[in-house]
Amino acid sequence: MKSNPNIAAHNGYLLCHTCHLLSRPETRAHTIPCPRCGSRLHSRKPDSLARTWALTLTAYILYIPANLLPIMTVTMSGRGEPDTIFSGVKELVLGGMWPLALLIFFASITVPVLKLVVITYLLLSVQFRSQWRPRERTALYRITESVGRWSMIDIFVIAILVALVKLGSLATIEAGAGAVAFGGVVVITMFAAMSFDPRLIWDAMENHHE
Amino acid sequence: MPHLTNKQLDSGITLTACHDCDLLFPMPHLHKGEKAICPRCGALVLERKGHSFDYSLALALTSLILFTIANINTLLRMNVAGRSESENIISGVYELYTQGYWEIAALVFVVSIFAPLLKILCVFYVLAPLKFNARLPYAKQVFRFFEVLHPWAMTEVYMLGILVALVKLADLATINVGIALYAFAALIPFMAATDASLDDHEIWERLEPSD
Repeated sequence: MKSNPNIAAHNGYLLCHTCHLLSRPETRAHTIPCPRCGSRLHSRKPDSLARTWALTLTAYILYIPANLLPIMTVTMSGRGEPDTIFSGVKELVLGGMWPLALLIFFASITVPVLKLVVITYLLLSVQFRSQWRPRERTALYRITESVGRWSMIDIFVIAILVALVKLGSLATIEAGAGAVAFGGVVVITMFAAMSFDPRLIWDAMENHHE
Repeated sequence: MPHLTNKQLDSGITLTACHDCDLLFPMPHLHKGEKAICPRCGALVLERKGHSFDYSLALALTSLILFTIANINTLLRMNVAGRSESENIISGVYELYTQGYWEIAALVFVVSIFAPLLKILCVFYVLAPLKFNARLPYAKQVFRFFEVLHPWAMTEVYMLGILVALVKLADLATINVGIALYAFAALIPFMAATDASLDDHEIWERLEPSD
């Protein structure tokens, strides 16, 4: 590999993930602590591709029960009505609550799907050494990392409703197994985004110019 | 000496690297309010915020007071057929737990109570002593923990969840809004302002041992 004078890793520099101190360790030891904050220094996040793939595939698998199983069951006058994520959105549309339906559709369906698709695309683009628009791909990564938290809305709504609607035989709301799977999807995709190293996008660009 | 840090380069130029694309470039000297953007990938590399620690601490103290009010009072109260049920964040967690969904109970607890509270407390632990040029033991580890907690504090998302729950139930029952809801709504801009006022770069420099 030809070394590029403008790349930190090619010149023995390591940037700390936590405190952003740039240092140049003289030893080639495996685990080097940051001289300022003590975090472990890495040139690239360790096993970034393998870890991100593993987490992303797990999220894909969990996404199936998250959508098929009910996230909550509303029992009114003895009649139980299980709600999945999608049927919840459908009900809001039928009830004429369009803005709310759009919000939940975006947070619970669009964001998780787009997040999985984008992370998969970024992984493939790194593995196939894509040369296409690295700057935009890096921006895509940053958006993906920051937008994931909004998928939690549905989980919070469930947490509020189960505590509020406890009217015995009149009406009760119970959480469902789909909510556990959906919470898992949100958390695991957050970890997947954290374990992906956007510098790999740029490393693939470097080696091409050899 | 095992390390050459960026302050100890022979040439006298301070180097830094972009955290998103690893481009090495000389660290620009920034004035208050200026930002350094990576020329290659567009990442925000450095920002000199220039707020005093007093400013951040005042915001954190306000957040802590609002957080306490928001958690010990009632968020929402529902009145149906003469029965009333009140709810706050912890009762939602407790109800999920009693229904047997401890996984979601734990998740909601961590992202809506544990992480936001610890973030505020971390700010006090690190910043208050720095104001007097002192450092409490493990201040660095605490600040590292603060940065780890950051993505997991989802106060603003919870607020949106409350609004969604309110609209969903509005047709079915009379919902009264408790004092905690107002505190919670006020907490969000204060927590965001606390985060925005913190200059990680300056804090890490101040936490560095002066030897």
